[in-house]
Amino acid sequence: MNKPIRRMAVACMALFLALLLNVTYLQYFRADELNARADNRRAQDAAFSRERGAILIGGRSIAESVPSDGRFEFQRTYSQAQRYAPLTGYFSYTFGRSNVEQTQNDILSGSDPRLFVNRVIDLIGNQAPAGGSVSLTINPRAQAAAWDGIRALGENTKGAVVALEPSTGRILAMVTNPSYDPNRLASHDLSEVNDAWQQLNNNPDRPLSNRAAQEVYQPGSTFKLVTAAAALENGYEPDSRVQGGFELELPQTTNTLPNDGGGNCGGDSITLTQALQVSCNVSFGALGLELGADEIAEQAERFGFGERPFADLSAVATSRFPTGESNTDGPLIAYASIGQQSVQASPLQIAMVAAGIANGGTVMTPYLVDEVTSPDLQVLDKTEPTPLRSEAVSSQTARALTRMMVATVDSGTGTPAQIPGVEVAGKTGTAQRGVGNDASPLAWFVSFAPADDPQVAVAVMIEDAGVARTDIAGGRLAAPIARAVMEAVIR
Amino acid sequence: MSAPAPSQVAARGFTHRRRRGAELILLVMSLVVSIGSYAAVGLGVEEEIPADIVGYGLWLAGLVLVCHVVIRRTAPYADPVLLPIVSALNGLGLAMIYRLDLARDTALAARQLGWMTVGVVLFVLVLILLVDHRRLQAFTYTSGLAAIVLLLLPLVPGIGNEIRGARIWISVAGFSFQPGEIAKVLLVIAFAGYLVLHRDALALAGRRIVFVDLPRGRDLGPILVMWLISLGILVFQRDLGSSLLFFGLFLVMLYIATERPGWLVVGGAMFAAGGLMAYQFVGHVRPRVDLWLDPFGGPDLNQMVQSLLGMAWGGLVGRGWGLGSPTLTPISESDFIVSAIGEELGLTGVMAIIVMYALLVERGLRAALVCRDAFGKLVASGLAVVLSLQVFVIIGGVTGLIPLTGLTTPFLSYGGSSLVANWVIIALLLRISDQARRPLPVFDNDDADATQVVSLR
Repeated sequence: MNKPIRRMAVACMALFLALLLNVTYLQYFRADELNARADNRRAQDAAFSRERGAILIGGRSIAESVPSDGRFEFQRTYSQAQRYAPLTGYFSYTFGRSNVEQTQNDILSGSDPRLFVNRVIDLIGNQAPAGGSVSLTINPRAQAAAWDGIRALGENTKGAVVALEPSTGRILAMVTNPSYDPNRLASHDLSEVNDAWQQLNNNPDRPLSNRAAQEVYQPGSTFKLVTAAAALENGYEPDSRVQGGFELELPQTTNTLPNDGGGNCGGDSITLTQALQVSCNVSFGALGLELGADEIAEQAERFGFGERPFADLSAVATSRFPTGESNTDGPLIAYASIGQQSVQASPLQIAMVAAGIANGGTVMTPYLVDEVTSPDLQVLDKTEPTPLRSEAVSSQTARALTRMMVATVDSGTGTPAQIPGVEVAGKTGTAQRGVGNDASPLAWFVSFAPADDPQVAVAVMIEDAGVARTDIAGGRLAAPIARAVMEAVIR
Repeated sequence: MSAPAPSQVAARGFTHRRRRGAELILLVMSLVVSIGSYAAVGLGVEEEIPADIVGYGLWLAGLVLVCHVVIRRTAPYADPVLLPIVSALNGLGLAMIYRLDLARDTALAARQLGWMTVGVVLFVLVLILLVDHRRLQAFTYTSGLAAIVLLLLPLVPGIGNEIRGARIWISVAGFSFQPGEIAKVLLVIAFAGYLVLHRDALALAGRRIVFVDLPRGRDLGPILVMWLISLGILVFQRDLGSSLLFFGLFLVMLYIATERPGWLVVGGAMFAAGGLMAYQFVGHVRPRVDLWLDPFGGPDLNQMVQSLLGMAWGGLVGRGWGLGSPTLTPISESDFIVSAIGEELGLTGVMAIIVMYALLVERGLRAALVCRDAFGKLVASGLAVVLSLQVFVIIGGVTGLIPLTGLTTPFLSYGGSSLVANWVIIALLLRISDQARRPLPVFDNDDADATQVVSLR
């Protein structure tokens, strides 16, 4: 009977070998994948029991973990919560993370490979591993100016403000309203967290969404900067004559394209500068028809349309200029050229257009995370500015556009943005929404200053100020906020 | 190996040494692991060494040392590795149960220690009372009958008890017991006794089809009976694991007794057919298979997912005693104790445990190989195979290698019946191994024809 017993010995060995191989696969090769699962409570518990790194602005923390007597060892707390919520995001046991809490999670939680040495030292010293901290590019004074400006229009004003440093792409301010309090989502009282989550998600104003970067809108007349850039790149000069008048006759339809308010642009034939100054729909519609959809689409792409501008926040929206015949056929291109129809841009994208013009034609990649540091304050990584598009427009075109925008603020629709003693370049916008223009329009303002040495480019978008429709003009509502932000940076 | 006197070498070839000293050293090491784990659990969970560490340590050491002394007295040639492995496994299981006690505020570890004591008492009784394992052959049919009665007990209204869907428990006077665990041992004895008598008939007749000797139709009787019993356990007690275990055990013993792989072919086919039917018609089999194929497909995080996540969380070296979250995994003191150990001791700990089981099984099979009588060979190999099947089914189940079926993990899991039965299994293996390794009595060759009195000890 020894032969079958020997065979069984081999068979049993094979069974045990199979067990060994399987646990090796499970606990070594598959472990990372399983540990990274969002529904892994062990990983969540560990994240909540660990000292998570801080999110810093100008050396002061806006999000930090403090020791807690609650269910977990540390409580995440956010200071100036509403003002910074669209940047920090939330850190919730039940609902995960968003924005910087999400995109920089590896550093904040301490699991980043760059923190490996720290983890080993912590392990040897029997210390709980701590996370590194993340410094943002935000200028707190600009952020305050933007926040106060938008809240001054009313607590429920829907809108967003973005400010960039044109030469680097640093995001100096990014505000959205209505905002939310991430402290409520970080609570250890999970039923309270659940209530807050339901409330935020059922709110029709979508407070969890960052309007400045995660949503797109019709850019309205601010898009005329792109159309003007395309014209200048194709042989037009600021003094070139363009069509003016009351309305533009459109091909393939009996409809015509009127000016906002139905007025005349100041003559049947005006200069390009004048057209931008008064935001003449007829002129830019005609330019669009003349240049063609491809030319304008290409110019828009060179400013960054059609791609996700950066990854420091979660779910950053991509701005779009319509392509394909059904979207740009015949009269539609005229509407698209003035930022109506299916042109969609985030306030961040519009700020990038202004910043590109301000930076002599080079659009810098926007970034929010300035540097990341280890728990012992060693700098692990510092973001280097990189161009997104090295020549969105030629420096000549950039200079011409700057002059035209300065004229718009000096004596055009953008006068509310004037700063005494500083030359400001700007452009207003009003985007009509809804069937037959019945929904309340969007008010836009985009600008940069000082015009000769730009330090800040700002885009302001007010979705719904809750005021009468006739009262809305980008200049009146949005420009003062842009001015306050620019002043905060310059002075 | 020692160098026996030349004349003995010539007479008997190879002589085993007793190796009791080696056993003692290994036992001390196993106690260091067991008691050290117990202390580490206290440090990990409550940051202090458990207050009762001295009493606990002395009790545990006392139990295994009693075993050691009894082996020295009654089975001096027995395999020296078996007891230390069992001691280490049992100690690790106790430490993990104690760790879960601290987290869940239960007191299972103390009861498990009580059951271990009962197990050790039975272990000692088996070694003292059963001087020669061949005596068990007289109880072939008694064992078989007793096993069937025990298997039927849970179906008796009043004392039968259903826990987590499987009707394999009886409750008498406040004690819960799984009679199937005892039946496992009795079945090995019954199979061995039966097969020793009938193996010639089962082995010799048959017809050859494509390289495989298939048995005669009329010899299929016993395998059919066993198949039906297994299916009955599956259908009426809803216990996939035991069903698989008993049938697999029978098949392997049949193969070893007859040396005919044809039985494995026939049995394997019958098992496959039964499994397929069970998948189609028995309600609780299909979900198990579906869960195995896609553990994350369920609506919530089920026990299987928690087990996998726990083991992954343990990683290479584990979180450390008391520092993981094995309480997130349901029934982690019993069916899922290996995933709890995987979480806290990591891949390293689980590998050590699997290798210990492998050693246990191979040492058991080695005793079967060396054993001089057919009955002993069958009992030893049957016990070793039942251990390996059980370990494979449950560890393979909780790690996602095969569909999960509820079985206890020998010596680790919380549960009295299993622990006691496994201690008895080890006692039987030691008894057979002692018989097998003991030198043959020395005959006086000068007077070979005369009837002699020889010492068997």
